[in-house]
Amino acid sequence: MTGRGVADPGLDGDPLVFVDRVRKSFRNTAVLNGISFEVSAGDVCCIIGPSGSGKTTMLRCINRLEKIDGGMIYVAGRPVGVTVHGTRLREMHPRDLAEQRRDIGMVFQSFNLFAHKTVLANIIEAPVVVKRTPKAIATSEAHALLARVGLADKANAYPDQLSGGQQQRVAIARSLAMQPKLMLFDEPTSALDPELVGEVLAVMKDLAGDGMTMIVVTHEMNFAREVADKVIFMDAGDIVESGSPAEVLSNPQHQRTRSFLARVS
Amino acid sequence: MHPDLTRPDAGKPVRQLDAKDIVRTPKPRQWIGTAIALLLASMFVHMLVTNANLQWNVVGHYLFSHYILSGVLLTLELTVLAMVAGLIIGIVVAVMRLSANVLLQQISWAWIWFFRGVPPLVQLIFWYNLASLVQSVSVGVPYGPSFISWQTNSLITPFTAALLGLAFTESAYAAEMIRAGIQAVPRGQVEAAHSLGMTGGQAMRRIVLPQALRIVIPPIGNDTISMLKFTSLVSVLALPDLLYSAQEIYARTYQTIPMLLVATLWYLVLTTILTVIEHVIETRLRRGHRDSGRTTAYQAGSRWRLLPAWPGPAPKALS
Repeated sequence: MTGRGVADPGLDGDPLVFVDRVRKSFRNTAVLNGISFEVSAGDVCCIIGPSGSGKTTMLRCINRLEKIDGGMIYVAGRPVGVTVHGTRLREMHPRDLAEQRRDIGMVFQSFNLFAHKTVLANIIEAPVVVKRTPKAIATSEAHALLARVGLADKANAYPDQLSGGQQQRVAIARSLAMQPKLMLFDEPTSALDPELVGEVLAVMKDLAGDGMTMIVVTHEMNFAREVADKVIFMDAGDIVESGSPAEVLSNPQHQRTRSFLARVS
Repeated sequence: MHPDLTRPDAGKPVRQLDAKDIVRTPKPRQWIGTAIALLLASMFVHMLVTNANLQWNVVGHYLFSHYILSGVLLTLELTVLAMVAGLIIGIVVAVMRLSANVLLQQISWAWIWFFRGVPPLVQLIFWYNLASLVQSVSVGVPYGPSFISWQTNSLITPFTAALLGLAFTESAYAAEMIRAGIQAVPRGQVEAAHSLGMTGGQAMRRIVLPQALRIVIPPIGNDTISMLKFTSLVSVLALPDLLYSAQEIYARTYQTIPMLLVATLWYLVLTTILTVIEHVIETRLRRGHRDSGRTTAYQAGSRWRLLPAWPGPAPKALS
């Protein structure tokens, strides 16, 4: 295994995430047509766009829940899911891929909490099983994380006893328990009742304020406007435009961006 | 204030109606059916009481005899061992079936194909006669020298032959059930495990299997009851289970019907006990999973409440 983090991106200015000409298709349908962008450490990047534009697929490629057909994705300087043997590229051994994924947290639209485990057990599962953190330490860290997401009293509840907003906050705490360098959010509020969206966005804002690097696929334009350092607008597998929230959301240059923004606001 | 009792179309007041005044609808057909059923049941009970051929005194004499009780014990022992072995093999075969490795998939397919296809009775006799096919079993280099060797006849007793046949048959059915259970666990559970850095094996052991096994508990309970009855097949190997013990007695005394009654009563007692145990396990799992909190109408009162609740709406298609 090669050493992780060829360079510390926080120090020398290399991007933490570098997406380079990524192509992906499902059967014969092209979903990503050579996407390139980068995200610096500590930045929040929001990906917006209509349904079917490929934004969720793009996000899932970053921790290799989806394989890519062309191009390359680098996280912390390392290619994701691929090892380099001289001139040849090989798919990474599943064990090494699992290790690489420890540093990349992910929050899903449908929460995906482990349904047979309590909130506390959900949070300590990966630290104990994957990192071999002693259970007592993992448990006290989990309580601190639960307090941070405002659910200190729910440690012993089961996921199906919680509201959607509470489940999503637990899911965020569960990801944070692995102390990732990067957090991916796949439409984290899209499955929530409108009155529960705010509590999840508040936790995400707090996290962004703490300097976490985040890539967020979202339909929450206000969140993107307030929190994002960079907004990427995707349509039909391409990046139509990207830039600061002010550029993309307030002063879009392309007709497709303008018509999308007109539809969602 | 009374609600408006006028019909807007006719403008006429109608009688004030109240749902609490609803009376029970007469169900004459149900009453007639019940009467006929009671009549038939009473005829059956009358037969049980008055038919001297049943020889209830003989039934009572043998019901708790040492011989029958040891048969009951062997039947239980075979049931438990065959189920435990069958489930363990079944889990392995199910995981192999869903593995990405084509070789493992095909071995698993062949295993299920064979052991689901051959009747357990044929298997029992086959295993029992294994010594006629292979005289000895040894550990060593294929086609080369062997290190340890056993006579097949000393390995395959009637008991091991019975256990192999029953456990292998069960493993094929268990594998298919467990595979269905694994596939019923939402894909997002595995994705979440992977995104946290768990390997495929860790995700399977820690996340998927516990949920899959919970889903398949009702069919496994069903299989256990089936297995209890299938153990009666071992009487062909002269293994003194419940049925064979009863047969041995009536072979001597010609009291066939009362001895079969003894066996029937015991089988019914045992299956009833298993049913109760299954019910208790289901209830406890349900309580462990959700001791308070909201219960949807779909979950309330259904045995399927022990399923883990769907962890959120089904994920949307790619966006």
